Amino acid sequence: MSEQSYSSSELMIINSARLLRDGDVVLVGVGQPNLACNLARRTHAPNLVMIYEAGVVGAQPARLPLSIGDPTLVSGALSVCSMYDLFAFYLQRGCVDVGFMGGAQIDRFGNINATVIGDYAHPKVRLPGSGGSKEIAAWAKRCILLTPHQKRRFPEKVDFQTSAGFLSGRPEREAAKLGGGGPQAVVTDLGILEPDETGELVLTALHPGMTAEQAKANTGWELKVNDPLRVTEPPTGEELRILREELDPSGIYLKGAA
Amino acid sequence: MQSKLMSLSEAVQTYVHSGDTIYAAGFTHLIPFAAAHEIIRQGLKNLTLARATPDLIYDQMTAAGCARKVIFSYMGNPGVGSLRIVRAEIEKGNLEWEEYSHFAMISRLQAGATGLPFMPMNPTAAVDLEQANPNYRKVTDPYSGNEVVVVPALIPDVSIIHVQRADADGNAQIWGIIGEQKEAAFAGRRVILTAEEIVDEAVIRSDPNRTLIPGIVVDAVCQVPFCSHPSYTQGYYDRDNKFYLEWDKISQDPAGVQTWLDEWVYGVKDRQEYMQKLGPEVQARLKIASRPSIPVDYGQY
Repeated sequence: MSEQSYSSSELMIINSARLLRDGDVVLVGVGQPNLACNLARRTHAPNLVMIYEAGVVGAQPARLPLSIGDPTLVSGALSVCSMYDLFAFYLQRGCVDVGFMGGAQIDRFGNINATVIGDYAHPKVRLPGSGGSKEIAAWAKRCILLTPHQKRRFPEKVDFQTSAGFLSGRPEREAAKLGGGGPQAVVTDLGILEPDETGELVLTALHPGMTAEQAKANTGWELKVNDPLRVTEPPTGEELRILREELDPSGIYLKGAA
Repeated sequence: MQSKLMSLSEAVQTYVHSGDTIYAAGFTHLIPFAAAHEIIRQGLKNLTLARATPDLIYDQMTAAGCARKVIFSYMGNPGVGSLRIVRAEIEKGNLEWEEYSHFAMISRLQAGATGLPFMPMNPTAAVDLEQANPNYRKVTDPYSGNEVVVVPALIPDVSIIHVQRADADGNAQIWGIIGEQKEAAFAGRRVILTAEEIVDEAVIRSDPNRTLIPGIVVDAVCQVPFCSHPSYTQGYYDRDNKFYLEWDKISQDPAGVQTWLDEWVYGVKDRQEYMQKLGPEVQARLKIASRPSIPVDYGQY
C-alpha cells in the first residue's frame, strides 16, 4: 500500500480528525464524523470524550457503529442518559467542546442546510432534517464540519438555515448570544476552509496536489484564498490502516474517488 | 398485583384505533417493529406517526398505507442514507409532516410526560424551521426579559414501548440506550408495553434503580421476544445492520416493498412466525457475547 494512495473520503476524515484536541468533549454526528472521532481517539486524542446524541457519554466503541445508536456505544461507556438529559444537561448546559457534523449544504458564512433543497412546503429534494444539529451548531463551543467540495454543496446562501454558522457575519452571531462559538473549520476533499474575522469561510489549506483554482471552481461564492496557504500533511500509513482495518473494513464510509 | 398480560394482537385491537397519534418509541434501540407489523395487519389507517427518527418502522407503516402524517426530527435510514418511502410521499405531497429538531421533539414529549403545557429552550439563531412550523413560539423569560423558544406538549393517543424485562403489571426495566422511552410512556394516553421477558415482581424489586417505567402508566403488557428486529435489544440481540442496508435497496422499488410486506408482514401471523421465518442463521448472526455488569448491593434494611 503506497502512502500516496487514499480516497477523498479518507482524506477528509483524517484531516478533520486531526482538528480534535486530546481531552475534547465531542458530540459525534452520524456517518463520516463518527469515523473521524473514532480515528482521533485511536491516534492523537486518547482522552477524547465521545458523546452521542442517543444519550451515550464517554463511548469506547469496539467496532465501527453504523448508526449513532449502536449497542457497541453503550458497552463500556461512562454513562447512558435519556436524550432529553443529553441535550439539556450536556449540550444546553455548555459541557460540549466540539460539535462534529456533516451537512448537505454549507454557505459562505458557515450556515448549514440539512433540511430541504427548494421550497420548504413543496420540496424539490427532502433531506433528513436537523436531528441534533440545530442545537449542536448553536451551543457546542466550536464546530468542525466536513463535506465534499462541490459547488452545489457550497452555495453563496443556503436554501434553508437548519443550523447557524455566523448567520450574516460574526456580528449577527455575537448579537444572538449563543453558548457556542460557531464553525472552527470546514474540511473538504480539496482543503480546509476557516472563518476570517468577518465570519466568511476562506481557503486556508490545500491537501497535497490540490490547487486553489480547483477549490474556487467548486465553491458557489467568490472564495478568498488565505496568504500564506498551508498544505496539509498527507495521510499517514497508520491513519489509513486504522480506518481501513479497524474502523471500516467493509468500506461503507470510505468509498470515494481515489 | 393485577395482570395486564395479553397478546400483542389483543393489545393493538384494544388500544390502537384508526386516526390515532402513535409514538412507537426507541432511538435506534428497542424499536417495536412487531407492534408496527401488527398494526399493519389489522389495517389501521389515518395514523399520525410521531417519532424523533421515523426509521424503517414508519417507512414500512407508510408503505402499508397506515399513515396520514409524520412528526419527526430526523428522517433518515440511520447510518445508511435516505428514508425513501416517507421522503417520496412527502415530496409527492401525499403525506403531511410536522418537523422539529431532536431537542424540540423530545422537549415536546418531556412537557407531555410531566403535565406541563410547553417546554422552553434556549434560542439557536437558526430560525427557518421555527418560521416553517407554527408550533414553535417565543415567550419572554419573566426573570431575565430574554426570549426563549417554546414547543407544546406532545400527548400521543398511544405510546408503544419495548423493554428488556417487565412484570405482569408493566413495571419495566431497560438498559442500554434509553432514548425517549420514559418520556413517551408518561406522555401517552394509553401505553402498550412489549417485553423480551416477563419476570416475577421480585426480579424488578431486586434492582429498583433500573425500573424506567412504572406499571401505573402501563395499560397492556405483551411478551414479544425479538420484537425489535431489525432494531436491537441491548444484551439480547444485535442490530441487523445488514437489513438496514438491504432496506435501502428494497425501498427503491414500490413493487418490491409490497412483495416484502406480503412476505414478512401479511404472510406471518405474529412475531413468533416471523422469527421462525428469519431462521436460525439470522438469529445466530445477531447473537452477541455476554458482558454483564457488576451487581450492586442495595443492602438489607
